[in-house]
Amino acid sequence: MLNDRIRARLAASRRWHPAEFVLWGLALAAVFLLPRQLLILNEIAILALFAISLDLILGYAGLVSLGHAAFLGVGAYAAGLLAIHVTADPLAGLAFGTLAAALAGLVTCPLVLKGNDLTRLMVTLGISMLLLELANSFGSITGGADGLQGITMAPLLGLFEFDLMGRTAYLYSLAVLFLLFLLARRIVHSPFGLSLRAIRDNPLRAAAAGVPATRRLTAVYTLAAAYAGAAGALLAQTTQFVSLDVLAFHRSADLMLVLIIGGAGYLYGGIIGALAFKILQDAIATVTPQYWQFWIGLLLVLFVLGGREILHGGVMALVRRGAALFSRRRKAP
Amino acid sequence: MKLLTLLVDGIAYGMVLFVLASGLSVTLGLMNVINLAHGAFAMAGGYAAVVLMQKAGLPFIWTLPAAFVLTALAGAVLERLLYRPIYAKSHLDQVMFSIGLVFMAVAGIDYLMGSTQQFIQLPGWLQGRFDIAGVAVGRYRLFVIVLCGLLAFGLQWGFTRTRFGSRLRAAVDDARVARGLGIPVHALFAFTFALGSGLAGLGGVLGVELLGLDPSFPLKFMIYFLVVVTVGGTSTITGPFLAAMLLGIADVAGKYFIPQVGAFIIYALMVVLLLLRPDGLFARQRT
Repeated sequence: MLNDRIRARLAASRRWHPAEFVLWGLALAAVFLLPRQLLILNEIAILALFAISLDLILGYAGLVSLGHAAFLGVGAYAAGLLAIHVTADPLAGLAFGTLAAALAGLVTCPLVLKGNDLTRLMVTLGISMLLLELANSFGSITGGADGLQGITMAPLLGLFEFDLMGRTAYLYSLAVLFLLFLLARRIVHSPFGLSLRAIRDNPLRAAAAGVPATRRLTAVYTLAAAYAGAAGALLAQTTQFVSLDVLAFHRSADLMLVLIIGGAGYLYGGIIGALAFKILQDAIATVTPQYWQFWIGLLLVLFVLGGREILHGGVMALVRRGAALFSRRRKAP
Repeated sequence: MKLLTLLVDGIAYGMVLFVLASGLSVTLGLMNVINLAHGAFAMAGGYAAVVLMQKAGLPFIWTLPAAFVLTALAGAVLERLLYRPIYAKSHLDQVMFSIGLVFMAVAGIDYLMGSTQQFIQLPGWLQGRFDIAGVAVGRYRLFVIVLCGLLAFGLQWGFTRTRFGSRLRAAVDDARVARGLGIPVHALFAFTFALGSGLAGLGGVLGVELLGLDPSFPLKFMIYFLVVVTVGGTSTITGPFLAAMLLGIADVAGKYFIPQVGAFIIYALMVVLLLLRPDGLFARQRT
């Protein structure tokens, strides 16, 4: 009886909302509508994937991280090195970057799960800094401060050449984002996803109800690392360059801002946040290219001091009003 | 003998780290607030000293109390205006809020002072080296060790022997019960926050010579402060002090003997220590 009800709830939450079709349709249509903006659209798609990765652990499992860039970096360097030394096939690089980051996630997970929020923040930060120092020290492999140069990619599936306009790059990143989004959507609306939320909301009660917290958290942490690795691989392949910047602290901090803008815990937050963040970044960078960090900092402060509630409240009110208008119009005739 | 000189360098470095981070450990322990922007106060102190010396011609020794007072005032004002609303928020919110402050401070200082490294002219009596039993000891390093040692001693005395200190310890142990007993926890906290900011500013001035000073200071040393606080624990003064010593000596020795791995040792040390003792190396056993 209870099982049936839970199954029905999960099935209902898996159903697609019309707005979701509109969003993905627009993302695809952008190839024709905004042919000059494909390079930045590609960056947005990659950032969205990266944000979904953080949302999986932060929004659903409640694990805080200040060093998520570590996995982006591992994925990017793995994909870049594979392209230089072994094969230039994009899909092989994507798989390799994803697996490498997943492995890094699996290995570091016991370190992260131990301790409270504070030690977790510090350990994740420490791990990403460690990787940055390693990448800097082993300059003969990673190129050090000069970055990893000389990445050339073979055509995607042997058919589509990577062009200068970023058309192939954007479609490639969008396709990967969509497929991984579908997977994430399926996972968070499964009993597994439900148990993650139980652990997030009350670890003690979840443990008492028989949820194996450590195993579940390890699984989702590894999954999130794999997603970040995929984002890193896409970044390396579509820009054909990897620098130490992929491991830098500001990557992790910017990612936080993306999730704050979009909202955590519903997957679309990462996509909406990435879109808003990049547009904002572009707008500020044209006004003050040098001090753009100041405005990011101001946004973070304002968001925490109450701007987030105002923004999300406003958006929700708009959505409600729109929905009310829509349903009234449908009833009218 | 080179080893002893290194040891003195490491101790001086650790002493400055202690003065920089000591305020952070108390604010963290007292209000459970994660303040990553602590380094911004240190940077503010350093730049205040640079400006006072270059523009107002103040002698170095007077910039120390001046920087302390200025940053303590700034800390008191910011605590009242900005920090108070975030005490009740989640750790993640506090982290993002303080990262935002750091970004603003970094870009702001870059805009005002430029991105180049700043230097200060030490007075003649602090330049050069002593020769103590064949060991060359920098005068400035000795000065730093003596001054910071006195400060640490004073803090320890204030923390354990005064009425203020015992109220503070009570509030750190259990803020709710302390409030119930009539201890003004918020006022205590505001005062401690200002004191900690002032100490950070003072450490910032002392550190210009030893740590360097440029706009990226708060980000570069953020991890060092965090190591001192997490490894040292938040319930004593001696814990962070020993942690800062350990960190200073390990960092100086590491950079001297194996320079190619750079800051790697610090991060590795921190991760390992946090894994072995999640509550800090010198945390008091709760009974």
